[in-house]
Amino acid sequence: MPSLNDYLVLSAILFSIGTAGVFVRRNLITILLSIEIMLNAVNLTFVAFGRQFGTVDGQIIAFFVMTVAAAEAAVGLAIVIALFRHKESLNPDSFATLKW
Amino acid sequence: MIPFYVFASLAVVASLLVIAQRNPIYSVLLLIASFGALSGLYVLLDGYFIAVVQIIIYAGAIMVLFLFVVMLLNAPHEDTDYDERTHPLRRRGAMRFGAVLAVALAVELVWALGRSSGSSSFARAPAPTVAAIGRSLFNEYSFSFEVTSILILVAMVGAVVLARRDSPASGGAAKDR
Amino acid sequence: MSPVLVAQLAITLVVFVALLSAAAGMVYVERKVAASLQQRIGPYLVGPKGLLQPLADVIKLMFKEELRPSAADALLFTLAPVISATAAFAAFAVVPFGASTTFFGLLDEPVRLQVSDVNVGILVVFAIASMGVYGIVLAGWSSNSKYSLLGGLRSSAQMISYELSYGLALAAVLLIGNSLSLTEIVDAQAGTWLGFIPKWYLLLQPVGFAIFMVAGIAETNRAPFDFPEAEQELVAGYHTEYSSMRFAMFFLAEYINMVTVSAVAADLYLGGWHGPLIPASFGWIWFLLKVGAILFFYVWMRWTLPRYRYDQLMRFGWKVLLPLAVLNLLATGAGVLFFEG
Repeated sequence: MPSLNDYLVLSAILFSIGTAGVFVRRNLITILLSIEIMLNAVNLTFVAFGRQFGTVDGQIIAFFVMTVAAAEAAVGLAIVIALFRHKESLNPDSFATLKW
Repeated sequence: MIPFYVFASLAVVASLLVIAQRNPIYSVLLLIASFGALSGLYVLLDGYFIAVVQIIIYAGAIMVLFLFVVMLLNAPHEDTDYDERTHPLRRRGAMRFGAVLAVALAVELVWALGRSSGSSSFARAPAPTVAAIGRSLFNEYSFSFEVTSILILVAMVGAVVLARRDSPASGGAAKDR
Repeated sequence: MSPVLVAQLAITLVVFVALLSAAAGMVYVERKVAASLQQRIGPYLVGPKGLLQPLADVIKLMFKEELRPSAADALLFTLAPVISATAAFAAFAVVPFGASTTFFGLLDEPVRLQVSDVNVGILVVFAIASMGVYGIVLAGWSSNSKYSLLGGLRSSAQMISYELSYGLALAAVLLIGNSLSLTEIVDAQAGTWLGFIPKWYLLLQPVGFAIFMVAGIAETNRAPFDFPEAEQELVAGYHTEYSSMRFAMFFLAEYINMVTVSAVAADLYLGGWHGPLIPASFGWIWFLLKVGAILFFYVWMRWTLPRYRYDQLMRFGWKVLLPLAVLNLLATGAGVLFFEG
């Protein structure tokens, strides 16, 4: 039977994969996908702890995280579309005009 | 134990491929596979409601949104020759720092978890019913629930406004000022 | 291999074969009913009264040449019909079609006539219906042709828009039925009022049933909501570039989706397998009759009503059906509170 630690280690690994994706990839959409991976890892932690303590709070908080992720994905993608119309590129390095 | 390892390895492999793939459509599809694996893990944790809601919301709605945007933008692959030939840990500047940071994060988290003593099995708790979730959601968490609905409304309005093309009339008016 | 396990496997096999035969049967029924509505005969050459026509169609499709556009994405082009067909079959896994039965005493304990009973059954149907969108959108994209892409995007946008009203109609049934499990909702509809009016949710939720059926027709891309497949505008929409068995899988997926929506409607609104004059263990006969009636209604709608234009379709889904579904939910909630509060 898997223990709580197994789920937490899996969640940690998924979270680091998401972090690596945000830093390493140079495509705005892949960066947003990596953020979704991180949010999912956090959801897994919540549900695992909820199961450990025998309450429904874990599932409820995970449900709220999902809703917030949906809202954030919608607005993030709208921004990506607006940026793409401006510069025809999805590389975050091409939006560097505010640098000193 | 076996279902856990199957779902866990599927989730990890799919997530690794998401960040390694160059074609964004394949990334989105692999992420859907990863969400499916996570849904299986939620079922193993007796979270039937959250497992099905994960499929409905994440895999069924948010990923469709991503897929639409990728298809509509139809952007070419962004990686230059440099990116394709060098390993992330050996690239210059921010990328190397980021890759090293991610690896350090993983090592540190796994080490910290290994030191704790939480390696016993889960307690024998009865599986929570959807009725219990509903009751809790509308009693203790009712404020968060209502605020979430406003959040979704704001996100909808924001997405529509941000992605709108400027019509010639409003663009002309802005320039006159 | 305990007898219960054997019975479960047998039920799974029966459901699978029944779905395939239902799809084949629907091909025949559609052509015959269309012919009657258009005052002609329909297929009559192959077999007695044309009954072997679906078999002839399947054999023809199997022998056609498998084409794939060279610019198409090979993996996704092959994967898309697989996703469509898999989602169509999988959605039927949680639909019950008969009461618990011991098969005339062969088994020790009663087994449900359902492939698997999950206590969140309705949500599983909804989840798998949302996964079916991917088959269409990937088919449209991977064909690398403008008709396919437009058809695929329009079709999937239509499906996700009508899923909202579908879900809200389901939620209203949940309020009355007090459970997410399909078996429990069906069992709550057993019995009659005044001795002859069956306790179907259709009578408690007429608006909800109408919304569910309209949204179901839009979900399965059937007329009058089949704009994405309109020959006049889009050649054939998302399955323009498909031929032979891959096209057959899309075809199959569409018919099985119809059967699933009809089966879920029969379970939620028409009392499933409960009915007079037949003993409980043969309730599946009533179930088949009800599903058949709804399927006939589907075919009748297709050959009677003209097709919606795409913007009319989206306007109807968002501005008419969704507010109506929300009002239905509110009214149902108020009713439940008033009559049982």
